Amino acid sequence: MTTFLQATIAGLSLASIYALLALGFVIIYKAMQVVSFAHPAVMLFGAYMVSWFAVDVGVPFVLAVVLGALATALLGYLSERIAIRPMIGKPLFSIAIVTIGLDVVIRTPINNLIGLDIRGVGSPWGFNSWTVGGANLPHRSVAMIVTALVITVFLFLFFRYTRVGLAMRATAMDQEVALAQGINVGRIFALAWMMAGAMAAVAGMFAASDLAGLSASTYIVGIKALPAIVVGGLDSINGAVVGALVVGLAEAYTATYQSSVAPWLGSNFSQVVPYVVLLAVLLIRPYGLFGSAEVERV
Amino acid sequence: MLEVANLEVVYHDVILVLRGVSFQVPDGQIVALLGANGAGKTTVLRAISGLLDVHDGDITKGEISLDGTPIHRASAAAIVGRGVTQVLEGRRVFGEFTVEENLRVGAHTTRGDLSGQMDRVYELFPILADRRKSTAGYLSGGEQQMLAMGRAMMSNPRYLILDEPSLGLAPILVQRIRDLIVDINKHGTSILLVEQNATMALSIAQHGYIMETGKIVMDKPAAELMKDEDVQEFYLGLHSGGEERKSFRDVKHYKRRKRWLS
Repeated sequence: MTTFLQATIAGLSLASIYALLALGFVIIYKAMQVVSFAHPAVMLFGAYMVSWFAVDVGVPFVLAVVLGALATALLGYLSERIAIRPMIGKPLFSIAIVTIGLDVVIRTPINNLIGLDIRGVGSPWGFNSWTVGGANLPHRSVAMIVTALVITVFLFLFFRYTRVGLAMRATAMDQEVALAQGINVGRIFALAWMMAGAMAAVAGMFAASDLAGLSASTYIVGIKALPAIVVGGLDSINGAVVGALVVGLAEAYTATYQSSVAPWLGSNFSQVVPYVVLLAVLLIRPYGLFGSAEVERV
Repeated sequence: MLEVANLEVVYHDVILVLRGVSFQVPDGQIVALLGANGAGKTTVLRAISGLLDVHDGDITKGEISLDGTPIHRASAAAIVGRGVTQVLEGRRVFGEFTVEENLRVGAHTTRGDLSGQMDRVYELFPILADRRKSTAGYLSGGEQQMLAMGRAMMSNPRYLILDEPSLGLAPILVQRIRDLIVDINKHGTSILLVEQNATMALSIAQHGYIMETGKIVMDKPAAELMKDEDVQEFYLGLHSGGEERKSFRDVKHYKRRKRWLS
């Protein structure tokens, strides 16, 4: 039971990171029907910025996170303005390829900056933990889960009740009609990239705040958020969160139990699990668990 | 006054769709713009609302002005902000939104007094008030048209542009929509009405323009247009000469194409 609880805590922590990333993917996808393959690189950039502000510049940690998120939002804005905006109206496939190019352009200098040494992000909670029911509840996990929850609730309220949130959803549904209502669609796209960037920075900071620290391979965390959005159905906020939970928990349980249940799979099989889940969902429900059904009068 | 002068529009850099269209929508009036499919009516409306970009179209000559200030270089958002709102052809409501959310999107450019504005729209279209929580995509065609018009009214426009509001509606609903247009006009909104249903449009308009292949070929007060023999024959489905039915040969398309300016 303790083991199970421990695995669940680990799973929820992972899910928080995936959720923050997946929400970014979904916001961009909803705005322009494109999966941004540059998102993991944007996350790496965000993590580096937080690390730079906190460790190299030496500002207080919370301020470093805010500044890092702002810097990453700016990167999102610039990417959209420079690389994506000129592509509007071109086939979606081309735009997706442009985001792959963007990924390389962002990741290469960041990898150079990170270098070979593992960096910390200056997180204040260290490796302290509480004990709950015999299991360790690291402060880091609590910080991650609470932050992800707060941001998710904020987004939910934002999309549901605010004027700009509604305009974003309207733009996602029909750009021309959104224009005809006086919505500045270009500004909506920029905002989507900025929001996604800021959340990716927070996700990257959390991903780099464990023992492994920030290194070039932190990037892999970003890629594992892709299964989460596909599981959730690409265009659904709720789906992104559920997808993140499914992927995060599956990964954590596998990491905990696989060595005793199926040792022949070798070590580190848990790293593969997100993609196994992805394949399984695509085989059974190709539009994802929460893909939106089309509203149509029959 | 909303004024279009010598408008020339080219799609994809090569397809010339409008060749010098000029017309005016004076304050407080209903103006009808009639014409067959492909005449360029919708393109005129896109040019006015700043939606040509979406379709890779460009204004190559001419000017669109609102009270003398040119607006053809302004963004779609700025044009709505200045009081010119279009209801696109085919209703195009946000299907997955509720009626109320659709209306809220329509009020995007008007800050403040959202509920007051919404009450005014509900007063104009009581059926929408009954359905305020329903999913817009499941409304009937007539209700969707009213929602599209209500959504446009949320921006409190001085000029309302309607692109084929009667499209695909039963005759009784066309009557309803017609009465609503007159009602909206009475409340002080000028209207530019594009229609295939010429009888309906001319019955409420003060002035009518007829377009053919990218040009205005005739413009007269609506009452005179109604009486014009050619208009009767080509747009109103009436024929002038006697009892005898015309043979099908005479209504062939190439025969029907008339040189209006000669």
